[in-house]
Amino acid sequence: MSDELHDLYQSIILDHNKRPRHYGALEDSTHTAEGYNPLCGDKINVHVILRGETVESIQFEAACCAICKASASMMTEALLGQTIENSQHAHARVSELLNADKDTSADISEEGELAALAGVKKFPARIKCATLPWHTFESALKNPVG
Amino acid sequence: MTAPAFDAARARADFPILATEVRGKPLTYLDNAATGQKPQVLIDAVERYYRAENSNIHRGVHYLSEQATDAYEAARAKVAQFIGIADQDEIIFTRGTTESINLVAHGFIETVFQAGDEILISHMEHHANIVPWQIAAEKTGAILKVVPVDDRGVLDMAAFEQMLSAKTKLVAITHISNALGTINPVEEIIEKAHAIDVPVLIDGAQSTPHMAVDVAALGCDFFVFSGHKVFGPTGIGVLWGKREWLERFPPYQSGGDMIEKVDFDGTTYKGIPGKFEAGTPHIEGVVGLAVAIDYLMGLDRKGALLHEAALLKAATEQLSAIDGLRIIGTSPHKASVISFLINDIHPHDIGTFLDADGVAIRAGHHCTQPLLKRFGVPATARASFAFYNDFDDVDRLVKAVQKMQKFFG
Repeated sequence: MSDELHDLYQSIILDHNKRPRHYGALEDSTHTAEGYNPLCGDKINVHVILRGETVESIQFEAACCAICKASASMMTEALLGQTIENSQHAHARVSELLNADKDTSADISEEGELAALAGVKKFPARIKCATLPWHTFESALKNPVG
Repeated sequence: MTAPAFDAARARADFPILATEVRGKPLTYLDNAATGQKPQVLIDAVERYYRAENSNIHRGVHYLSEQATDAYEAARAKVAQFIGIADQDEIIFTRGTTESINLVAHGFIETVFQAGDEILISHMEHHANIVPWQIAAEKTGAILKVVPVDDRGVLDMAAFEQMLSAKTKLVAITHISNALGTINPVEEIIEKAHAIDVPVLIDGAQSTPHMAVDVAALGCDFFVFSGHKVFGPTGIGVLWGKREWLERFPPYQSGGDMIEKVDFDGTTYKGIPGKFEAGTPHIEGVVGLAVAIDYLMGLDRKGALLHEAALLKAATEQLSAIDGLRIIGTSPHKASVISFLINDIHPHDIGTFLDADGVAIRAGHHCTQPLLKRFGVPATARASFAFYNDFDDVDRLVKAVQKMQKFFG
């Protein structure tokens, strides 16, 4: 198996794919959105309970690939309990990790599990898989329930 | 005496890309339903065209323009011969199957469809044979009806007969399903439709690469296909239509080259095929297409089809033996296309994993979202074989899938 493929499917990614955290519908969600990638058919729903400026609860449901599901799972862990402002910082950092033109190896250690997503950037066709959950979260923030 | 087997190794040597490596592995190209590879003769012809023959057509009186015009019109004759059509004026060059269908849809919107009319398509159509009819229906008040498929991906012919009626103004159906490989009984469909004077469009994008198609014998009213899938250039395609239909349709696009006489008081158009070929066409595409078709016609096509059937059988048997692998599309009449899923591994992951081993397959919805929805899956992995594929390709596919299944297992 090639090194690049190994970097893409790191054990952290495989683990999140097999046992996605915060998976399923969310009762009483205040914000929700559906994300869809028409290119491959990946579909994800992100449900959020916002209390003031804080992500009090976040869950997702998805029919998607391992990269998308792992990214979503890690996203829920990273964003739970965070302020909206912090969540936007996290999104920006993930976007940088996935930017193929940028060498992010120096500051990768600060990202925790999210750093595992850096392996995706060598696979340009898969970058959208990793970013879909984050874009869907942003959409959810703009989409209050009811 | 039996005929000598098809010489796939010889055919393979005609396609330089098949000898290349990707990601440090020999290329195993199994995405032929998306596009075919190009033989050296075509690459040479396009290169020669730009090096020594380039000129615009139907205009100049100079030598090169005459040569280019002759080559362009000779290509039209070659295409007619390729699909068994006597009247070469009925061959219209388009950008591809999609544009061919859009041109026909435009003609039906302008001259046929009325509110309440019905358009009959099947559940296994490519988006290119769905969306133009949806738009036609929206514009005219016609109704789009969809013939169902069964769990094997076989067209429900009993339903087709029930749905076909005096209200039906067109049947538009694919010859071979790009996602499942199902070969449809188009002869029977055409016969039943014609029995009540309903015209039929056959989407030949997936059949022309696999088999010799005699359109005159089929007897349909329109036949469309793409150059790039028959191992020719991209951006060139063919619409064949019966003369009476094409003459009835108004121009699809307008401008230079499609006119007879332009005056501010009124403009008259050329007859077919010129009426439908506005502007400078894709000349090197047409020239290249003729060369690709010539190449195909020089092959033992019956032998090639048998060879592909043997590849399909071997790949189907070996893939089916893999734990958790499920093939979507199990029609008894199938072209060499295998759509599959393995447990809950997403096809996108299958595609990336196989790619690392140099195995090029398609992962996704194959522009057939309604069909995949019917099978309850958002996407599949699809391996599709051409005559130049061999049993080593099958072997590399199967080994790569086994390796992946272990990894994700």
